[in-house]
Amino acid sequence: MSIYFKISKKLDHFDLDLEFGFDQGVLAIQGESGAGKTTVLNCIAGLTRPDEGRIAFGERVVFDSEAGIDVPARLRNIGYLFQNYALFPNMTVRQNIIYGIRNKPEYGDKAKREELLRYADEVMETFGIAHLKKKHPNRISGGEKQRVALSRAIVTQPSLLLLDEPFSALDHQTKENIYEQFAEFKKIFRIPTILITHDPAESEMFADSRILIKDGGII
Amino acid sequence: MLSPILLSLKIATIATVFSFVLGVFFAYILNRKRIPGKSFWETLLILPMVLPPSVTGYLLLIAFGKRGFIGGFLLENFEIQIVFTWVAAVIASCIVSLPLMYQNAKSAFISLDPVYEQAARTLGSSEWKIFRTVIFPLAWPGVISGIVLSFARAIGEFGATLMVAGNIPGKTQTIPTAIYFAVESGKTELANRLVLIMTIFSFVLIFGLNAWLKKRNYIGRQG
Repeated sequence: MSIYFKISKKLDHFDLDLEFGFDQGVLAIQGESGAGKTTVLNCIAGLTRPDEGRIAFGERVVFDSEAGIDVPARLRNIGYLFQNYALFPNMTVRQNIIYGIRNKPEYGDKAKREELLRYADEVMETFGIAHLKKKHPNRISGGEKQRVALSRAIVTQPSLLLLDEPFSALDHQTKENIYEQFAEFKKIFRIPTILITHDPAESEMFADSRILIKDGGII
Repeated sequence: MLSPILLSLKIATIATVFSFVLGVFFAYILNRKRIPGKSFWETLLILPMVLPPSVTGYLLLIAFGKRGFIGGFLLENFEIQIVFTWVAAVIASCIVSLPLMYQNAKSAFISLDPVYEQAARTLGSSEWKIFRTVIFPLAWPGVISGIVLSFARAIGEFGATLMVAGNIPGKTQTIPTAIYFAVESGKTELANRLVLIMTIFSFVLIFGLNAWLKKRNYIGRQG
Protein backbone atom coordinates (compact mmCIF):
# COMPACT_ATOMS: atom_id res chain seq x y z
CA MET A 1 0.00 0.00 0.00
CA SER A 2 1.44 3.35 -0.94
CA ILE A 3 1.10 6.20 1.50
CA TYR A 4 1.11 9.76 0.25
CA PHE A 5 1.13 13.06 2.10
CA LYS A 6 1.04 16.64 0.91
CA ILE A 7 0.68 19.04 3.79
CA SER A 8 0.69 22.83 4.02
CA LYS A 9 0.26 24.35 7.44
CA LYS A 10 0.95 27.85 8.72
CA LEU A 11 2.80 27.62 12.05
CA ASP A 12 3.82 30.38 14.46
CA HIS A 13 7.31 31.00 13.09
CA PHE A 14 7.28 29.44 9.62
CA ASP A 15 5.11 27.71 7.06
CA LEU A 16 5.26 23.94 6.84
CA ASP A 17 5.06 22.78 3.26
CA LEU A 18 5.94 19.21 2.37
CA GLU A 19 5.07 16.40 0.03
CA PHE A 20 6.28 12.82 0.34
CA GLY A 21 5.26 9.23 -0.01
CA PHE A 22 6.46 5.72 0.75
CA ASP A 23 5.31 2.18 0.11
CA GLN A 24 6.29 0.08 3.08
CA GLY A 25 8.72 -0.31 5.96
CA VAL A 26 9.80 2.55 8.16
CA LEU A 27 10.07 6.13 6.99
CA ALA A 28 12.10 8.34 9.31
CA ILE A 29 11.39 12.05 9.52
CA GLN A 30 14.43 13.74 10.94
CA GLY A 31 14.71 17.33 12.07
CA GLU A 32 15.71 19.65 14.90
CA SER A 33 13.29 20.38 17.74
CA GLY A 34 10.68 22.85 16.63
CA ALA A 35 11.02 21.85 12.96
CA GLY A 36 7.36 20.84 12.87
CA LYS A 37 7.82 17.06 12.99
CA THR A 38 5.04 16.43 15.52
CA THR A 39 2.73 18.74 13.55
CA VAL A 40 3.25 16.50 10.51
CA LEU A 41 2.24 13.44 12.53
CA ASN A 42 -0.76 15.25 14.03
CA CYS A 43 -1.91 16.25 10.53
CA ILE A 44 -1.64 12.65 9.35
CA ALA A 45 -3.47 11.34 12.43
CA GLY A 46 -6.25 13.92 12.02
CA LEU A 47 -5.50 15.73 15.28
CA THR A 48 -4.45 18.93 13.48
CA ARG A 49 -6.04 20.14 10.29
CA PRO A 50 -3.61 21.10 7.50
CA ASP A 51 -4.45 24.38 5.75
CA GLU A 52 -4.14 22.63 2.42
CA GLY A 53 -3.07 19.27 1.08
CA ARG A 54 -3.95 15.64 0.52
CA ILE A 55 -3.34 12.53 2.62
CA ALA A 56 -4.02 9.09 1.18
CA PHE A 57 -3.37 5.50 2.26
CA GLY A 58 -3.51 3.59 -1.01
CA GLU A 59 -6.93 4.26 -2.53
CA ARG A 60 -8.31 5.64 0.73
CA VAL A 61 -8.18 9.44 0.93
CA VAL A 62 -8.44 10.69 4.52
CA PHE A 63 -7.81 14.36 3.79
CA ASP A 64 -8.21 16.44 0.67
CA SER A 65 -8.65 20.18 1.08
CA GLU A 66 -9.85 20.64 -2.51
CA ALA A 67 -12.41 17.84 -2.38
CA GLY A 68 -13.48 18.86 1.16
CA ILE A 69 -12.54 15.45 2.64
CA ASP A 70 -11.45 15.38 6.28
CA VAL A 71 -11.94 11.96 7.92
CA PRO A 72 -12.00 12.40 11.73
CA ALA A 73 -9.06 11.00 13.73
CA ARG A 74 -11.16 8.23 15.27
CA LEU A 75 -11.97 6.77 11.83
CA ARG A 76 -8.49 6.97 10.28
CA ASN A 77 -7.28 3.67 11.75
CA ILE A 78 -3.85 4.99 12.63
CA GLY A 79 -1.71 3.79 15.52
CA TYR A 80 0.01 6.66 17.32
CA LEU A 81 2.78 6.34 19.88
CA PHE A 82 2.96 9.73 21.61
CA GLN A 83 6.24 11.13 22.85
CA ASN A 84 5.22 10.88 26.53
CA TYR A 85 3.21 7.69 25.74
CA ALA A 86 -0.12 9.18 26.93
CA LEU A 87 -1.13 6.04 28.80
CA PHE A 88 -4.43 6.61 30.58
CA PRO A 89 -3.49 6.85 34.28
CA ASN A 90 -6.97 5.76 35.41
CA MET A 91 -6.74 2.40 33.61
CA THR A 92 -4.61 -0.70 34.08
CA VAL A 93 -2.08 -1.79 31.46
CA ARG A 94 -4.58 -4.27 29.97
CA GLN A 95 -7.41 -1.74 29.96
CA ASN A 96 -5.10 0.68 28.14
CA ILE A 97 -4.18 -1.93 25.55
CA ILE A 98 -7.72 -3.11 24.78
CA TYR A 99 -9.14 0.45 24.81
CA GLY A 100 -8.92 0.77 21.02
CA ILE A 101 -10.20 -2.75 20.41
CA ARG A 102 -13.35 -1.97 22.38
CA ASN A 103 -14.13 0.85 19.96
CA LYS A 104 -14.13 -1.45 16.94
CA PRO A 105 -17.60 -2.19 15.52
CA GLU A 106 -16.82 -5.94 15.39
CA TYR A 107 -16.24 -5.93 19.18
CA GLY A 108 -20.02 -6.34 19.50
CA ASP A 109 -19.82 -9.82 17.95
CA LYS A 110 -18.91 -12.43 20.56
CA ALA A 111 -16.65 -14.59 18.40
CA LYS A 112 -14.86 -11.57 16.93
CA ARG A 113 -14.48 -10.05 20.39
CA GLU A 114 -12.75 -13.17 21.69
CA GLU A 115 -10.47 -13.19 18.69
CA LEU A 116 -9.54 -9.51 19.21
CA LEU A 117 -8.88 -10.03 22.91
CA ARG A 118 -6.78 -13.12 22.18
CA TYR A 119 -4.74 -11.06 19.76
CA ALA A 120 -4.26 -8.38 22.46
CA ASP A 121 -2.96 -11.08 24.84
CA GLU A 122 -0.59 -12.34 22.13
CA VAL A 123 0.76 -8.83 21.55
CA MET A 124 1.30 -8.40 25.29
CA GLU A 125 3.20 -11.71 25.36
CA THR A 126 5.32 -10.68 22.35
CA PHE A 127 6.28 -7.42 24.08
CA GLY A 128 6.93 -9.17 27.40
CA ILE A 129 4.40 -7.09 29.31
CA ALA A 130 1.73 -9.74 30.04
CA HIS A 131 2.80 -9.84 33.70
CA LEU A 132 2.05 -6.10 34.04
CA LYS A 133 -1.54 -6.27 32.85
CA LYS A 134 -3.15 -5.49 36.20
CA LYS A 135 -0.79 -2.64 37.07
CA HIS A 136 -1.45 1.06 36.57
CA PRO A 137 0.95 3.07 34.37
CA ASN A 138 2.39 4.96 37.37
CA ARG A 139 3.64 1.63 38.75
CA ILE A 140 5.75 0.57 35.76
CA SER A 141 9.14 1.71 34.39
CA GLY A 142 9.78 4.00 31.42
CA GLY A 143 10.77 1.14 29.15
CA GLU A 144 7.66 -0.82 30.13
CA LYS A 145 5.47 2.22 29.49
CA GLN A 146 6.95 2.49 26.02
CA ARG A 147 6.15 -1.15 25.26
CA VAL A 148 2.62 -0.79 26.63
CA ALA A 149 2.04 2.31 24.51
CA LEU A 150 3.40 0.57 21.42
CA SER A 151 1.19 -2.47 22.08
CA ARG A 152 -1.83 -0.19 22.48
CA ALA A 153 -1.02 1.50 19.17
CA ILE A 154 -0.64 -1.70 17.14
CA VAL A 155 -3.24 -3.96 18.73
CA THR A 156 -6.00 -2.32 16.68
CA GLN A 157 -4.13 -3.45 13.53
CA PRO A 158 -3.73 0.05 12.10
CA SER A 159 -2.96 0.72 8.45
CA LEU A 160 -0.19 3.12 9.49
CA LEU A 161 1.86 3.53 12.64
CA LEU A 162 3.16 6.91 13.83
CA LEU A 163 6.01 6.99 16.34
CA ASP A 164 6.86 10.37 17.85
CA GLU A 165 10.39 10.28 19.30
CA PRO A 166 9.71 6.86 20.84
CA PHE A 167 13.12 6.59 22.50
CA SER A 168 13.67 10.15 23.71
CA ALA A 169 12.23 9.66 27.22
CA LEU A 170 14.39 6.60 27.97
CA ASP A 171 17.74 6.40 29.73
CA HIS A 172 20.77 5.03 27.88
CA GLN A 173 20.62 1.43 29.16
CA THR A 174 16.86 1.08 28.59
CA LYS A 175 17.28 2.55 25.13
CA GLU A 176 19.79 -0.13 24.13
CA ASN A 177 17.37 -2.89 25.19
CA ILE A 178 14.43 -1.26 23.48
CA TYR A 179 16.39 -0.81 20.24
CA GLU A 180 16.80 -4.58 20.03
CA GLN A 181 13.14 -5.21 20.73
CA PHE A 182 12.12 -2.58 18.25
CA ALA A 183 14.16 -4.19 15.48
CA GLU A 184 12.40 -7.47 16.34
CA PHE A 185 9.01 -5.76 16.38
CA LYS A 186 9.64 -4.30 12.92
CA LYS A 187 10.22 -7.80 11.55
CA ILE A 188 7.12 -9.32 13.22
CA PHE A 189 4.42 -6.74 12.65
CA ARG A 190 5.33 -5.21 9.28
CA ILE A 191 3.07 -2.17 9.63
CA PRO A 192 4.03 0.85 7.48
CA THR A 193 5.57 3.22 10.02
CA ILE A 194 6.59 6.85 10.22
CA LEU A 195 9.27 7.40 12.84
CA ILE A 196 10.00 10.90 14.08
CA THR A 197 13.45 11.36 15.49
CA HIS A 198 16.08 14.02 16.01
CA ASP A 199 18.78 11.34 16.28
CA PRO A 200 20.41 10.39 12.93
CA ALA A 201 21.68 7.13 14.50
CA GLU A 202 18.10 5.98 15.20
CA SER A 203 16.92 6.66 11.67
CA GLU A 204 20.05 4.92 10.37
CA MET A 205 19.21 1.89 12.52
CA PHE A 206 15.51 1.47 11.74
CA ALA A 207 14.49 3.43 8.67
CA ASP A 208 14.13 2.07 5.15
CA SER A 209 13.74 5.59 3.81
CA ARG A 210 14.44 9.01 5.30
CA ILE A 211 13.50 12.64 4.93
CA LEU A 212 14.97 15.63 6.70
CA ILE A 213 12.79 18.61 7.54
CA LYS A 214 14.27 22.09 7.86
CA ASP A 215 12.70 25.55 7.62
CA GLY A 216 9.30 24.01 6.89
CA GLY A 217 10.41 21.97 3.88
CA ILE A 218 12.16 18.73 2.94
CA ILE A 219 15.86 19.01 2.22
CA MET B 1 -34.68 20.44 66.41
CA LEU B 2 -34.60 17.47 64.01
CA SER B 3 -36.85 19.00 61.38
CA PRO B 4 -34.51 21.83 60.21
CA ILE B 5 -31.59 19.37 60.16
CA LEU B 6 -33.41 16.85 57.96
CA LEU B 7 -34.77 19.59 55.72
CA SER B 8 -31.31 21.14 55.36
CA LEU B 9 -29.85 17.76 54.36
CA LYS B 10 -32.65 17.16 51.84
CA ILE B 11 -32.36 20.64 50.28
CA ALA B 12 -28.55 20.61 50.17
CA THR B 13 -28.45 17.10 48.65
CA ILE B 14 -30.89 17.90 45.85
CA ALA B 15 -29.25 21.30 45.21
CA THR B 16 -25.83 19.62 45.02
CA VAL B 17 -27.06 17.07 42.48
CA PHE B 18 -28.25 19.88 40.23
CA SER B 19 -25.17 22.04 40.71
CA PHE B 20 -22.99 18.96 39.99
CA VAL B 21 -24.73 18.29 36.67
CA LEU B 22 -24.84 21.95 35.63
CA GLY B 23 -21.35 22.76 36.94
CA VAL B 24 -19.66 19.84 35.17
CA PHE B 25 -21.61 20.49 31.97
CA PHE B 26 -20.74 24.19 31.79
CA ALA B 27 -17.13 23.65 32.92
CA TYR B 28 -16.62 21.12 30.13
CA ILE B 29 -18.46 23.02 27.40
CA LEU B 30 -16.96 26.42 28.21
CA ASN B 31 -13.40 25.24 28.72
CA ARG B 32 -12.88 22.34 26.32
CA LYS B 33 -14.99 23.52 23.40
CA ARG B 34 -15.09 26.70 21.38
CA ILE B 35 -18.18 28.51 22.62
CA PRO B 36 -18.98 32.09 21.55
CA GLY B 37 -19.36 34.56 24.43
CA LYS B 38 -17.47 32.28 26.84
CA SER B 39 -16.48 35.15 29.19
CA PHE B 40 -20.07 36.35 29.41
CA TRP B 41 -21.47 32.93 30.33
CA GLU B 42 -18.66 32.32 32.80
CA THR B 43 -19.24 35.67 34.52
CA LEU B 44 -22.95 34.88 34.76
CA LEU B 45 -22.21 31.53 36.41
CA ILE B 46 -19.77 32.98 38.94
CA LEU B 47 -21.85 36.08 39.73
CA PRO B 48 -23.78 34.53 42.67
CA MET B 49 -20.44 34.03 44.44
CA VAL B 50 -19.74 37.77 44.58
CA LEU B 51 -23.27 39.17 44.79
CA PRO B 52 -24.73 39.69 48.29
CA PRO B 53 -27.10 36.76 48.99
CA SER B 54 -29.93 39.26 49.41
CA VAL B 55 -29.42 40.41 45.82
CA THR B 56 -29.45 36.82 44.55
CA GLY B 57 -32.55 36.18 46.67
CA TYR B 58 -34.26 39.27 45.36
CA LEU B 59 -33.50 38.36 41.74
CA LEU B 60 -34.87 34.85 42.35
CA LEU B 61 -37.96 36.37 43.92
CA ILE B 62 -38.49 38.49 40.80
CA ALA B 63 -38.07 35.43 38.57
CA PHE B 64 -40.03 32.88 40.61
CA GLY B 65 -42.55 35.12 42.36
CA LYS B 66 -46.27 34.98 41.49
CA ARG B 67 -45.79 37.74 38.93
CA GLY B 68 -42.30 36.68 37.89
CA PHE B 69 -41.68 35.43 34.36
CA ILE B 70 -41.03 31.84 35.51
CA GLY B 71 -43.21 31.83 38.64
CA GLY B 72 -46.14 33.45 36.80
CA PHE B 73 -45.88 30.94 33.96
CA LEU B 74 -45.78 27.94 36.33
CA LEU B 75 -48.69 29.24 38.41
CA GLU B 76 -50.88 30.05 35.44
CA ASN B 77 -50.27 26.86 33.46
CA PHE B 78 -49.59 24.20 36.07
CA GLU B 79 -50.82 25.79 39.31
CA ILE B 80 -47.36 25.33 40.79
CA GLN B 81 -46.10 27.86 43.28
CA ILE B 82 -42.36 27.93 43.87
CA VAL B 83 -41.72 30.72 46.37
CA PHE B 84 -42.05 29.89 50.07
CA THR B 85 -41.68 26.16 49.39
CA TRP B 86 -38.67 23.90 49.91
CA VAL B 87 -38.23 23.85 46.13
CA ALA B 88 -37.39 27.58 46.27
CA ALA B 89 -34.75 26.77 48.90
CA VAL B 90 -33.29 24.14 46.56
CA ILE B 91 -33.13 26.66 43.70
CA ALA B 92 -31.46 29.29 45.93
CA SER B 93 -28.94 26.77 47.28
CA CYS B 94 -28.18 25.47 43.80
CA ILE B 95 -27.59 28.96 42.38
CA VAL B 96 -25.21 29.99 45.19
CA SER B 97 -23.29 26.70 45.20
CA LEU B 98 -22.97 26.44 41.40
CA PRO B 99 -19.94 28.81 41.18
CA LEU B 100 -17.97 26.52 43.54
CA MET B 101 -18.84 23.44 41.51
CA TYR B 102 -18.05 25.23 38.27
CA GLN B 103 -14.69 26.60 39.44
CA ASN B 104 -13.49 23.25 40.77
CA ALA B 105 -14.60 21.31 37.70
CA LYS B 106 -13.06 23.98 35.45
CA SER B 107 -9.68 23.74 37.21
CA ALA B 108 -9.81 19.95 36.91
CA PHE B 109 -10.64 20.03 33.19
CA ILE B 110 -8.10 22.65 32.14
CA SER B 111 -5.27 21.02 34.07
CA LEU B 112 -5.67 17.77 32.10
CA ASP B 113 -3.05 17.20 29.43
CA PRO B 114 -4.91 17.23 26.06
CA VAL B 115 -2.70 14.35 24.90
CA TYR B 116 -5.02 11.85 26.68
CA GLU B 117 -7.92 13.11 24.61
CA GLN B 118 -5.81 12.90 21.46
CA ALA B 119 -4.73 9.35 22.29
CA ALA B 120 -8.35 8.29 22.85
CA ARG B 121 -9.34 9.91 19.57
CA THR B 122 -6.71 8.00 17.57
CA LEU B 123 -7.93 4.83 19.29
CA GLY B 124 -11.38 5.32 17.77
CA SER B 125 -13.36 6.91 20.62
CA SER B 126 -16.31 9.22 20.09
CA GLU B 127 -16.33 12.57 21.95
CA TRP B 128 -18.87 11.26 24.47
CA LYS B 129 -16.81 8.14 25.12
CA ILE B 130 -13.66 10.23 25.58
CA PHE B 131 -15.49 12.33 28.17
CA ARG B 132 -16.91 9.27 29.94
CA THR B 133 -13.82 7.07 29.99
CA VAL B 134 -10.88 9.48 30.07
CA ILE B 135 -11.66 13.12 30.87
CA PHE B 136 -14.23 12.67 33.63
CA PRO B 137 -12.36 9.92 35.54
CA LEU B 138 -9.14 11.96 35.41
CA ALA B 139 -10.94 15.12 36.54
CA TRP B 140 -12.77 13.22 39.31
CA PRO B 141 -10.70 14.47 42.31
CA GLY B 142 -11.39 18.08 41.27
CA VAL B 143 -15.06 17.29 40.72
CA ILE B 144 -15.27 15.65 44.16
CA SER B 145 -13.85 18.83 45.72
CA GLY B 146 -16.53 20.77 43.89
CA ILE B 147 -19.29 18.44 45.14
CA VAL B 148 -18.16 18.65 48.77
CA LEU B 149 -17.70 22.43 48.74
CA SER B 150 -21.03 22.92 46.95
CA PHE B 151 -22.78 20.74 49.50
CA ALA B 152 -21.16 22.66 52.37
CA ARG B 153 -22.17 25.97 50.75
CA ALA B 154 -25.71 24.72 50.08
CA ILE B 155 -26.26 23.50 53.62
CA GLY B 156 -25.04 26.83 55.01
CA GLU B 157 -27.11 28.96 52.63
CA PHE B 158 -29.07 31.64 54.48
CA GLY B 159 -29.73 35.00 52.79
CA ALA B 160 -31.16 33.99 49.44
CA THR B 161 -33.05 31.06 51.00
CA LEU B 162 -34.73 33.34 53.55
CA MET B 163 -35.88 35.68 50.81
CA VAL B 164 -37.38 33.09 48.45
CA ALA B 165 -38.35 30.29 50.84
CA GLY B 166 -38.99 32.16 54.08
CA ASN B 167 -38.83 30.50 57.49
CA ILE B 168 -41.79 28.15 57.81
CA PRO B 169 -41.02 25.53 60.51
CA GLY B 170 -41.31 22.02 59.10
CA LYS B 171 -41.65 23.32 55.54
CA THR B 172 -38.81 25.68 54.67
CA GLN B 173 -36.93 26.23 57.92
CA THR B 174 -33.32 25.10 57.48
CA ILE B 175 -30.52 25.03 60.08
CA PRO B 176 -29.19 28.54 59.25
CA THR B 177 -32.64 30.16 59.34
CA ALA B 178 -33.55 28.21 62.50
CA ILE B 179 -30.37 29.54 64.18
CA TYR B 180 -31.18 33.11 63.17
CA PHE B 181 -34.73 33.00 64.50
CA ALA B 182 -33.71 31.08 67.63
CA VAL B 183 -31.23 33.85 68.50
CA GLU B 184 -33.77 36.54 67.69
CA SER B 185 -36.41 34.99 69.93
CA GLY B 186 -33.94 34.37 72.78
CA LYS B 187 -33.77 30.56 72.43
CA THR B 188 -30.02 30.52 73.05
CA GLU B 189 -29.82 26.84 73.95
CA LEU B 190 -31.38 25.74 70.65
CA ALA B 191 -29.14 28.16 68.74
CA ASN B 192 -26.05 26.79 70.54
CA ARG B 193 -26.93 23.21 69.68
CA LEU B 194 -27.58 23.98 66.01
CA VAL B 195 -24.40 26.07 65.75
CA LEU B 196 -22.40 23.20 67.25
CA ILE B 197 -23.91 20.67 64.83
CA MET B 198 -23.32 22.95 61.85
CA THR B 199 -19.69 23.66 62.83
CA ILE B 200 -18.81 20.02 63.50
CA PHE B 201 -20.50 18.90 60.30
CA SER B 202 -18.67 21.46 58.14
CA PHE B 203 -15.34 20.72 59.86
CA VAL B 204 -15.67 16.97 59.29
CA LEU B 205 -16.65 17.50 55.66
CA ILE B 206 -13.68 19.71 54.78
CA PHE B 207 -11.24 17.67 56.90
CA GLY B 208 -12.43 14.46 55.21
CA LEU B 209 -12.09 15.97 51.74
CA ASN B 210 -8.53 17.14 52.37
CA ALA B 211 -7.56 13.77 53.83
CA TRP B 212 -9.06 11.93 50.85
CA LEU B 213 -7.33 14.14 48.29
CA LYS B 214 -4.02 13.72 50.10
CA LYS B 215 -4.40 9.94 50.30
CA ARG B 216 -5.35 9.73 46.68
CA ASN B 217 -2.13 11.59 45.78
CA TYR B 218 -3.61 12.39 42.42
CA ILE B 219 -0.48 13.99 40.98
CA GLY B 220 1.42 10.72 41.44
CA ARG B 221 -1.12 8.85 39.36
CA GLN B 222 -0.40 10.66 36.11
CA GLY B 223 0.90 8.12 33.59
